[in-house]
Amino acid sequence: MSALTNIAVAPTPTALEPAAITVDALGKRYGTGPLVLDNINLSIEPGQFVCLLGASGCGKSTLLNIIAGLEKPTEGAVTVASGKAAVMFQDAALFPWLTAGRNVELALKLGGVPRKDRRADALELLDLVNLADAADKRPHELSGGMRQRVALARSLAQDRKVLLMDEPFAALDAITRDLLHEELERVWRQTGRTIVFVTHNVREAARLGERILLMSSRPGRIVNEWTITDAGSRRIESPEVARLSDEITDQLRQEIRRNAA
Amino acid sequence: MPLDTRTATAHDPSHDELRRLEAGLDSLQAVPESPRGAFRRTLDGFLPPILLLIGLVLAWQVYILIVKPRPDLIPGPLDVFGALVSAWNSDRLQLAVTTSLERGGLGFIIAVAIGTPIGLLLAECRPVRRALGPLLSGLQVLPSVAWVPAAIIWFGLSDATVYFVILMGAVPSIANGLVSGVDQIPPQLRRVGTVLGASRVQMATLVVLPAALPGYFSGLKQGWAFAWRSLMAAEIIVIGGDIGFGLGSMLHLSRELADLSGVLATILVILFVGILVELVIFAPIERRLLRRRGLMAAGLR
Repeated sequence: MSALTNIAVAPTPTALEPAAITVDALGKRYGTGPLVLDNINLSIEPGQFVCLLGASGCGKSTLLNIIAGLEKPTEGAVTVASGKAAVMFQDAALFPWLTAGRNVELALKLGGVPRKDRRADALELLDLVNLADAADKRPHELSGGMRQRVALARSLAQDRKVLLMDEPFAALDAITRDLLHEELERVWRQTGRTIVFVTHNVREAARLGERILLMSSRPGRIVNEWTITDAGSRRIESPEVARLSDEITDQLRQEIRRNAA
Repeated sequence: MPLDTRTATAHDPSHDELRRLEAGLDSLQAVPESPRGAFRRTLDGFLPPILLLIGLVLAWQVYILIVKPRPDLIPGPLDVFGALVSAWNSDRLQLAVTTSLERGGLGFIIAVAIGTPIGLLLAECRPVRRALGPLLSGLQVLPSVAWVPAAIIWFGLSDATVYFVILMGAVPSIANGLVSGVDQIPPQLRRVGTVLGASRVQMATLVVLPAALPGYFSGLKQGWAFAWRSLMAAEIIVIGGDIGFGLGSMLHLSRELADLSGVLATILVILFVGILVELVIFAPIERRLLRRRGLMAAGLR
């Protein structure tokens, strides 16, 4: 075991612990359109980092939105054991009329944190993503990566055990994304959140996930999954990430090829 | 506290390295501050229009000197200035400006009080929007002077007539401004509100209204312009009775006396009041509003 995993607060999941997220025979279609999601069954353990991987339009964002409670399933059921989940989107969607600090404070306010604690809590959360100095800056003064870190601090402010992330780093440049992978992994180890991370980037999934779920398109089904034994932090350039990416990419392409008329 | 960050890796060397790396990237990507100071910005705002004004007056005077037209048909800048001075000395100018500004201001405030709830209702309630939306857009196109004859019949020659015409001019603009402000809110912001657990009231007060503010503000600006225009039109047409002496009345009086210098002087005053309200009240608020949100075009900073 590496030094990083020794100090991690993330609880070691055991078979006895109830699942953080349970998805049961879930199906989704819009109106009378084609089936978007078909018979999805899923059980995610508390503290697990799960990557949901698939081609564009495979319904992975729809699945995430259903878990978040933003959309209703057509059939089946979703249970989030801890109640509601925090969500982070591809677009940071910070409120442009508020400073970075106030954006986090607003989340604390809506989460019922008393006024006197909000300022200090917000600063602490911003410090967690290394942005304490930017608390008084407005979103337009921040770079894309900084905005996304404020959005991360804001979703952590919700104090929910489950964090859902919908391609949060897709719009960032490669250098920034690489850093944010490290940041997110550190935050995950430090806070013990259960994370469901939607992405179409195979390497990103192989870099971050403890468990990777591959989805097929039209209808969206979970076709395969990989579990990675957590041996501490790994880099996106490392050979094991490359090997895993190769394997996943092969199968992803196979799934995509099936859609060729 | 949502997170117990203190138990964790505060002095982990690899974390320190990450922090330094991030700080470096942040400073590389940060948007540089505007190098110009507040004084320079004000100067940049005021100087060009004033220079243009001086140039126009000079050209006018040169034309008078060279062509020498009949002063009762084309008066020179000095004649117009003389008319202003005499109106000032007889206290007519002060009275007219005060009366009109008072009416315009009060009418505008009433229009805001009526137009804002209507706009909110239209923006958030779909059936109301379908029923009332086209009517309100139509009213915005209809010149509010068209209401003057009806208003005279309903309210007689009183201030109520003038206020009615102002309201018919300003309310649709304000309501429509708020509606378009709400329509332009990025859907992501509402989703974030939902995800953060905002109630209906919290959503309206903490997300929708602040997000709609730029659109609402430009509606207010347009509402003021319509209020001022409608007021002048009403004052020109509605003379006598209980109606006080406004800038429109002054314009009308000068025309009756065939005093072209007086007419031009009054037009200039009406124009000047409009510009002053825009420059002193609306422009600074708008600039502040937009700059805070990073919505200012680079040239306007």
